[in-house]
Amino acid sequence: MTTPVRAYRHPIPRTWWARRRSYRLFMLREISCVFVAWFVVYVLLLVHAIGSGSDSYDQFLDFSANPLVVALNVVTLIFILLHAVTWFGSAPRAIVVHLRGRRVPESAVLAGHYAAWLVVSAIVAWLVLS
Amino acid sequence: MVDRIVMEVSRYRPEVETEPVLEAFEVPLTREWAVLDGLNYIKDQLDGTLSFRWSCRMGICGSCGMTINGDPKLGCATFLVDYLPGPVRVEPMRNFPVIRDLVVDLSDFMAKLPTVKPWIIREDELPVGDGEYLQTPAEMDEYQKFSMCINCMLCYSACPVYALDPGFLGPAAIALGQRYNLDSRDEGAADRRDVLAAPEGAWACTLVGECTTACPKGVDPAGAIQRYKLTAATQSVKELLFPRGAR
Amino acid sequence: MSATAPRRRSPEPYLWLLFSAGGMAAALVLPVLVLLFGVAFPLGLLDAPDYAHLLAVVGNPLTKLVLFGVCALALIHWAHRFRFTLEHGLQVGRFDRVISVCCYGAAVVVSAVAAWVLLSA
Repeated sequence: MTTPVRAYRHPIPRTWWARRRSYRLFMLREISCVFVAWFVVYVLLLVHAIGSGSDSYDQFLDFSANPLVVALNVVTLIFILLHAVTWFGSAPRAIVVHLRGRRVPESAVLAGHYAAWLVVSAIVAWLVLS
Repeated sequence: MVDRIVMEVSRYRPEVETEPVLEAFEVPLTREWAVLDGLNYIKDQLDGTLSFRWSCRMGICGSCGMTINGDPKLGCATFLVDYLPGPVRVEPMRNFPVIRDLVVDLSDFMAKLPTVKPWIIREDELPVGDGEYLQTPAEMDEYQKFSMCINCMLCYSACPVYALDPGFLGPAAIALGQRYNLDSRDEGAADRRDVLAAPEGAWACTLVGECTTACPKGVDPAGAIQRYKLTAATQSVKELLFPRGAR
Repeated sequence: MSATAPRRRSPEPYLWLLFSAGGMAAALVLPVLVLLFGVAFPLGLLDAPDYAHLLAVVGNPLTKLVLFGVCALALIHWAHRFRFTLEHGLQVGRFDRVISVCCYGAAVVVSAVAAWVLLSA
């Protein structure tokens, strides 16, 4: 059948994403990508400062200690953690692995991601702090 | 126990109105009454012109999808007692054109479903005399969840991408395509690819995940789509790197 | 049905794969970096590493390579997700071509800057 001419189509409100809790959480997760991009820029500023000499590095440290920058980075940390947790949470549904003819349980895929996260974080921390 | 509840039902009579209005009806309720029972009471006793789809009243036919207090639910699987003291707002499923009252136009999905070729595709069929295709429980497990779809369309009703872009193939269609892609008896994944891996197919999905939340049969269409994205993307890369070798 | 029939090649699968790689890289590597360089060192919770040490770390070609990979992938992750967020959130999907070019283009440009910054460090 074809759609009747007088069928009613609900308009989608501009703020559709704010009207359900699950949509709001979804939007927060999506917005986390902006903080990912910001931190990439921050890292590049840091590397550039290091490459430009000890004074530049000290200037960068002062910049990073500015209360506004700290506040931004605290928010960034929260959003990047949100990104990581939701990312790892959705991985088991996409990554279906079969070992020896049996399907690897989703919990194992999830645990593998968190293990990798721990290992990578430990390596980076050691590289930076040693 | 309270024995009556008010149901605010969306009415749309195109010959009279230009947009839906809510009409309140007071109906009796028992512990067992579903929204569907309330609607049938209204139609039988209060207003015979109320239009809505229903059939099995036990959550298997997929006919009675509607929006109840803003959530996509089956009318037969949603119980009035859970909404006391009321009122319960009953509206048609979102994201579909409303024909009348709670009846929506599903022709878009009906057109999309055959494009994913939801049937077993094989190079050659076994002759009937040779018996059945055999399948282990593990092989059936691979696609069983996706075969539970009752085409109720609640996933489309829940999906904001479909709301914004009706060209999106949609959760149920992709999950049904996967149901066959993952079936060991099927050899047709390549035939479904043009549709499933089109920009309006799996790639338009942003994993909101509402489809899986709304599904009354545990199909997990979001999972089906995510899995398909990985499969199709790795396939595309293989074809790019080895144009002849990959099938 | 022929599987070799010409198909209109869409960039979407490759964009999604890069987006996924970027999401994984960002999820694995960025949290600890934000914690250290964004919060712990500036607030004095931990002593900031001395200049000579960081210069040595950044000078290592392997570090440059890994950092470039993480930055480039994370930027494409941002581009892909931001594109869809804009188009869905603001309902401007009809401008997909323009928005895509701007987003992925910005990611490519900043990745090029990243390469220059890392090579010259």
